[in-house]
Amino acid sequence: MTSILIYYGRSLLGAAALNAALLTAIFSPANAAEVPEFNLVIKDHFYKPSELSVPAETKFRLRVTNEDATPEEFESTELNRESIVLAKRTILVYVGPLHAGTYSFYGDFHRVTAQGRLIVK
Amino acid sequence: MIGVSLLVFREVLEAALIISIVSAATRGVARREWFVFGGVALGIAGAFLVALSADFIASLAGGGGQDLFNAGVLLTAVIMIGWHVTWMSSHAREMVQQMQAVGGAVKQGQRSLTVLLTVVALAVLREGSEVVLFLYGMAAGGVGTAALVGGILLGVGSGGLLGFILYRGLLRVPLKYFFSVTNIMLMVLAAGLASTAAGYLVQSDLLPAWGTPLWDTSRLLSDDSFVGKSLGILAGYKSRPEGIQVLVYAAILGAMSIGTRMQRRHA
Repeated sequence: MTSILIYYGRSLLGAAALNAALLTAIFSPANAAEVPEFNLVIKDHFYKPSELSVPAETKFRLRVTNEDATPEEFESTELNRESIVLAKRTILVYVGPLHAGTYSFYGDFHRVTAQGRLIVK
Repeated sequence: MIGVSLLVFREVLEAALIISIVSAATRGVARREWFVFGGVALGIAGAFLVALSADFIASLAGGGGQDLFNAGVLLTAVIMIGWHVTWMSSHAREMVQQMQAVGGAVKQGQRSLTVLLTVVALAVLREGSEVVLFLYGMAAGGVGTAALVGGILLGVGSGGLLGFILYRGLLRVPLKYFFSVTNIMLMVLAAGLASTAAGYLVQSDLLPAWGTPLWDTSRLLSDDSFVGKSLGILAGYKSRPEGIQVLVYAAILGAMSIGTRMQRRHA
């Protein structure tokens, strides 16, 4: 049993150290270049606006604000994105550069109502 | 109730399939049931803790805390699996011989219980914290207790059942090839988890995307279909992967195959 615990401790330490190293490497100054920002609001489990036009071939970020009193998950399989937005909180999600087209997104906690589309052109 | 059960099912399925692969991969190791249950219990406790501190976690690292946390949880699981896979590649043969000799549990492989416990706990923690937040929202939004409990039971039951079916199916693989099969499954699982971790880092702008997406196979196999979803959990299938996700996937798979080959030569 003790040997299991020792192994466990060692491997966890190793994992933590490796993670720390990876994260430090990743934390090298993010590109501070101006990234266009677009707002999305979640209210009464609907996205506002439900259709958002964004430029093609440009990296941008979505500022998603949840005005509801319950958590939501901003999610899109087409954009490969998922992020929890707690009640009365705002998150930033970086997207793109995308080719022109239509990409749907939804709120995973209220899929019936929380539906929206990005119009990329 | 159906809405509740669908989300619970999706999250539970993810944890259950991971648990079944790791459980199969530690076949024959004495007392491993306790480590599976222990991992699930730890994971559930951790899920509540993470859900309760979600606001704090999100506020870390200038608002990118949630993505970093998810990536950290996933990468820890990847490292644990990688360690197990390399160890197993040089010990599988003697374990099989011992299992055939004593016809059951063997003393070897105790250290793989560490992996079992950690990977199970992390999988449950990650999916569970989402379920806790979702259920909290449902309850606060006025969904009744009966619908909540019914939804949870239906979701956990059906997700757990599919995990159990995969586990029983894996046990039917002949012992001779058994650990080769579970090792390969663990390697693609780890590569998939790592590419998901990369996705979290891309969405918070900590990693470049390098192609969004690199290709699109959503018409052939959609992520939302049952097969697409299962393949997504088991092997990291994404119909529209980002370039960096493909790169990370290949790098992890490559590193693990080199690791196991070197280990085998040593043995």
